[in-house]
Amino acid sequence: MAEERGTHQQGHGHDHAHDHDRTFQPDVEDFEPSESELMAIAMRELLIEKGVLTGDEIRAALEALDAIEPSLGGRIVARAWTDPEFKKRLLANGTAAVREFGVDMGDAELIVVENTPDRHNLIVCTLCSCYPRQVLGLPPDWYKSRAYRSRAVVEPRAVLREFGTELADRVAVRVHDSTADARYLVLPMRPAGTEGWSEARLAGLVSRDSLVGVTLPKMPAGR
Amino acid sequence: MRRTHDMGGEPAGEIDLKNHTLAPWEKATWAMRQVLGGKDHRILGVDELRRAIEDLPEADYRRLGYFDRWVRAVRAILVEKGVLGADEIEARMAALREARRQARAAKPAAKRAGG
Repeated sequence: MAEERGTHQQGHGHDHAHDHDRTFQPDVEDFEPSESELMAIAMRELLIEKGVLTGDEIRAALEALDAIEPSLGGRIVARAWTDPEFKKRLLANGTAAVREFGVDMGDAELIVVENTPDRHNLIVCTLCSCYPRQVLGLPPDWYKSRAYRSRAVVEPRAVLREFGTELADRVAVRVHDSTADARYLVLPMRPAGTEGWSEARLAGLVSRDSLVGVTLPKMPAGR
Repeated sequence: MRRTHDMGGEPAGEIDLKNHTLAPWEKATWAMRQVLGGKDHRILGVDELRRAIEDLPEADYRRLGYFDRWVRAVRAILVEKGVLGADEIEARMAALREARRQARAAKPAAKRAGG
């Protein structure tokens, strides 16, 4: 769909005064809509018309999703690296600890698993796509893919290598299979050479992928 | 018997690391489920959604994209619970399809072809 729109916009030679960057779905009527798209729009319209839900509720849900800062996971991890008491709380009860960052896990439990020199943790949802979206936002496509869901539980080291992550043989890999009720987050190890760093600077080393366990935090430059 | 969605440990190919930006209808589907499952409604919980996704015909489960499965599962549950009728969803889809077709036909061909 994005490709179709891209092609369309390349030669967008008409003369009028609307701002395409601000258009919700530019000239969408140029394309044959998919069955899924029609189904989604039809149900949304009917639900609103019947008063089952309101357009404002849908907008509010999307705004809450968009309001999850990509840096949130990194800030939580950096706090755990610098505040031993917070780390204890995070590992003992992730759901309660992330509330200190304003994160409401809803009906789900957040379980934080700590990487150590001897053990690396990897998160998957083999049955569907359960993911700590309250912290990380919606999962990337690869997390929901057949290949990742199938292979992570039987050949995690091969999976990690596809993400460019090579672990020493002496490091055990523990794979956590998520459910809707139990969602996992990896607490990576603090990189060496970051002694005395501020929480904010440490947070910058933490990527989303390192919180799922497919990569490690960035090492400080020069190491 | 092991069902289609239960794929942990199955042989599979290389992981595709490309990510696509969600289309507006995909986000709308996510948001509808979110609101319908929320504390103000409790009409469509995540476990209900997952059950409906797992109930899709195997060929559909394998062929369809992620949110294509979701939107069909949302429909199944809403129809099952009598929140919406299958016929009225079908009728509205037909009306939307026709409106889109007319909108395309109304556009000068040059604009559609050239840009």
